[in-house]
Amino acid sequence: MNILFITEQRAGKWHNTSFEVLVAAQKIAKDTGGRVAGVVIGKGVAGLAGELAARKLDEVLLVEHALLESYTPDGFALALQQVIAQAKPDLVLLPHTYQVRDFAPKLAAAMGKGMIGDCIGYRSEGGKLVFVRQMFQGKTVADVSFQGDGPWFATFQAGAFRADLAEAGSGSAPVKPVTVELKPEQIRTKPGELFREAKQAIDLTQAPVIIAIGRGIKAPENIPLAEKLAKLMGGEVAASRPICDEGWLPMERQIGSSGQTVAPKLYLALGISGAIQHVVGMKGSRTIVAVNKDRNAPIFEVADYGIVADIFEVIPALTEELEKTQAG
Amino acid sequence: MNIVVCIKQVPAKDAPLQIAEGWIRETDIGFEMNEPDSYALEEALRLKEKHGGEVVALSMGPERVKQTIKEALAKGADRGIHVADDKFHSLGPLAAARSLAAAIHKEKCDLVLTGLQSDDHGFGQTGVLLAELLGLPHATIIMQIEVQGGQMKLKRELEAGWFQWMECPLPAVLSIQSGINKVRYATLKGIMAAKKKEIATISRESLGVGATLTQKVERIYVPQKTKQTEFLSGTPKEAAAKLVEKLKHEARVL
Repeated sequence: MNILFITEQRAGKWHNTSFEVLVAAQKIAKDTGGRVAGVVIGKGVAGLAGELAARKLDEVLLVEHALLESYTPDGFALALQQVIAQAKPDLVLLPHTYQVRDFAPKLAAAMGKGMIGDCIGYRSEGGKLVFVRQMFQGKTVADVSFQGDGPWFATFQAGAFRADLAEAGSGSAPVKPVTVELKPEQIRTKPGELFREAKQAIDLTQAPVIIAIGRGIKAPENIPLAEKLAKLMGGEVAASRPICDEGWLPMERQIGSSGQTVAPKLYLALGISGAIQHVVGMKGSRTIVAVNKDRNAPIFEVADYGIVADIFEVIPALTEELEKTQAG
Repeated sequence: MNIVVCIKQVPAKDAPLQIAEGWIRETDIGFEMNEPDSYALEEALRLKEKHGGEVVALSMGPERVKQTIKEALAKGADRGIHVADDKFHSLGPLAAARSLAAAIHKEKCDLVLTGLQSDDHGFGQTGVLLAELLGLPHATIIMQIEVQGGQMKLKRELEAGWFQWMECPLPAVLSIQSGINKVRYATLKGIMAAKKKEIATISRESLGVGATLTQKVERIYVPQKTKQTEFLSGTPKEAAAKLVEKLKHEARVL
């Protein structure tokens, strides 16, 4: 199976999932037999194409155009459609980033093809590929197959493959520039500068211990309970998205795909169900503890220790226990 | 400004899911409006309040999704469209979007809004697919909308705390980020008024959209654990004491 994977960069810097998708492409190519080509797209990105060419792959396609300097869904979808028409892959792989979510379904649909998005893995079953993805907020997993002719499109969730396992190449793969035609009037949206909201007052990525709260905390008045615990453990309070959406904690304390990605030595999840959007931001933590009333909450899938109970009973008990050991 | 909001009905958050015959067992569980779509609906109602026009709530699925359309009408949508299809859950994103696009095509609308993704399948593709199928520009993960003379100024959320302002012409399709607004509750007056509002039902077949699949769920199952979770039992006090012990001496993180 010939595979084309599409990397992501911004202002000449790799998105770290680019190499995760390279690993996925290398593995699937090994299982099914076939070539691997990687796409580097943007403007002034020849250096990145050279870096990618040092990995184990058959070809790097360098797609450059003045209208691809800033990302737009129209520009990227039109350019990649031309690249795919020339390269004729069986399977197109992309990382499941915000940017890919913004253009990849359009690209696939423009070619009349489907896309299986946000996969966590794949299996080759007697020559047939099935893609594994979570459904119902991680409560179930599904094996999904493509129907009809390729090219097929699939995206992999961040962390589905380990970028450090990418095989190095024996030499340098050829870098082939691909010419694409784009006209300014084809690009209907006008992107502005990127900015950050307020200055970040707290860097959660540096916290050794994180006490994270979710919907289970019920009301903002209950947050001091978690703050007290954080103080006792020398950690910081963080939250899943709904808590920050409600304005109960500032956005900078949000963990997950739209917030921070953290890997503290201890992550204590209180009343967090563990939707994939949250889990991708914390699953790399060294030790994960989850407290939740629901024994089937997906957060327990990634937890080292679990307590199935009401957080309002566990938090005071834990606080008391920590105070006791610290006093003693 | 005429706005179509795509709203999905999904299993209630706390619904216990059981797997039967290759899908989840739909009897015995409650359904509710997909939470990300409720933010899209709220945004549509706010845009209407500011700029006039009408809000149409569009939903697809079996008969039960009418309940979710009624909820949207009670919150202030002007009318509803139900694309009836008992096979909806097996269609996949593209065939579902083709059906929705065919229904939207009959409307004179300036803006199509969707939520970011659904809490059931979670493909997160519908908005972007609709844009392609309708030939409209789009933007996703939108946190703010300002309409100025046929143009929109949009605040788009990027990863890791970054944002971007962008301009997008009308008509267009936007997928709305959850948390963009505070969602309203239906009032008693709204619920009464909804009873007089129209819900048009059209079948997928009558829209001329086939059930050609580009993908198929081969099987669905409860995830296998990748990590061995040690559950700490006893009263909350006992469990807390065990946990502190484990964190100190086993995991050595305290």
